[in-house]
Amino acid sequence: MRPVLRSLWPPLLVLAVLVGGWQLYVTTAGVDPTTLPSPARVLAQGWANRADLWAQTLPTLQETLLGFALSFAAAWLVAVVLDFSSAARRGLYPLLVASQTIPVVAVAPLLIIWFGFGLLPKMLVVTLTTFFPLAANLAAGFAATDRAAMRLLRSLGAGRWRTFRLVRVPGAMPYFFTGLRVSITYAVVGAVFAEYAGAESGLGIYMQAQKTAFRTDLVFAAVAVTAALSVALFGATYLVQRLVLPWERKERRS
Amino acid sequence: MSGLRVQGVSKSFGTLDVLRDLELAVEPGEFAAVIGPSGSGKSTLFNLVSGLDRPTSGQVLVEGEPAGVASGKVAYMPQKDLLFPWRTVLDNTALGLEAQGVRKKEARARAGALFADFGLDGFQRAYPSELSGGMRQRAALLRTVVLERPVLLLDEPFGALDSLTRTEMQLWLAGMWQRHRWTVVLVTHDIREAVLLADTVHVLSPRPATVVDRVEVPLPHGERDFTAPEFAAVERRVLEALRGTTAVTAP
Repeated sequence: MRPVLRSLWPPLLVLAVLVGGWQLYVTTAGVDPTTLPSPARVLAQGWANRADLWAQTLPTLQETLLGFALSFAAAWLVAVVLDFSSAARRGLYPLLVASQTIPVVAVAPLLIIWFGFGLLPKMLVVTLTTFFPLAANLAAGFAATDRAAMRLLRSLGAGRWRTFRLVRVPGAMPYFFTGLRVSITYAVVGAVFAEYAGAESGLGIYMQAQKTAFRTDLVFAAVAVTAALSVALFGATYLVQRLVLPWERKERRS
Repeated sequence: MSGLRVQGVSKSFGTLDVLRDLELAVEPGEFAAVIGPSGSGKSTLFNLVSGLDRPTSGQVLVEGEPAGVASGKVAYMPQKDLLFPWRTVLDNTALGLEAQGVRKKEARARAGALFADFGLDGFQRAYPSELSGGMRQRAALLRTVVLERPVLLLDEPFGALDSLTRTEMQLWLAGMWQRHRWTVVLVTHDIREAVLLADTVHVLSPRPATVVDRVEVPLPHGERDFTAPEFAAVERRVLEALRGTTAVTAP
């Protein structure tokens, strides 16, 4: 765990300096807490309202994970199809890229109109925001397979699926994890955003309600929870990677 | 008819003639080296023998059958070791069998049985990144040999190694071959390697390549010594054959 600590303390130090400066500014300048609450107040009020915050966190987390699971499945499906069919690659890939120019801001309210205030439209927003980096990185990973390795497998008489399973999939894993890390940081934000567009519960709708009530401190508290969720999920990808790709660490060490 | 027969093989890519009327015969248990100037179509010949590609005319027969990836008669060891970093050494050496459809457990057992012979015992569970260059090549050769195919095709197997390791590996391969007497076609650009290992050295001309000379190595296996004058004499014959080919086409 020591290298982890070593890479953790510099950002924590910067964070501490920033939060300290913020605290200092608010207390010395006497800023109205409805405009900008001090970090200490955010922490105290967040803690006082922890039951409420936790109750709002659970639906957001559920939307995030379910939406991400959907995104994960769709990304694998699309990346595999793109890898196996050059027609799909030519026909589909440019559209996928173009689809990234559609603002989710515009789509999210429409999803609410079509699918109501339940879980599904939130899952879809999370999927829309996270799908592309996952699919694109996975497809790039498949395509990056060494051509000499493909020839070797072919000379051994391995068919397409077996080659795919033995070489292309494991070879694409480092790319996949890169995509996973990019998209997982969007996932929580996607869910919160979808809730902003209309929801019964969740951190997004909670932030909106607290803002309307001039409880800026609780808005910040909800933001902090959102950030903590994202960081936790991001960190989890490293843990999973270590379990799935044990060889990477040995390679780095040698 | 057994062994390998390359009969009147020509291969063109568009207007580029790479091989022209090439003849090559390798008997079972024979070690043949193919040497030629760079760009002479060694890898094209390689692809034809391994069955990855088809000749434009002529035929490549392995044990009397046309070469093809489906026939499973040629095992090929590529220039790069192509050990996969995500597989342990044991799983890498079993990969060829797995690619053929052998069950993982059986593939591991068959590859594992050869570890001691290949000087890899104790490294079954290591990852390729933990091996030295020479060990990686030995693992790559094990992956090839365990397939038990009639012909082994080695493509500059030691080309990427440093000079000392290369020499060590050449001597090791010479010893291994003497014990196992595989049918080998070694493609190389290293004259000393060819003379050390082969029964016959087939010398290719520049493109379009054909076999311009066959140098028999009259020295007994196991007693070949780089520093002996007889060894140097054979090397000189190969070198002259190679020089001759370039002199003919020089502008």
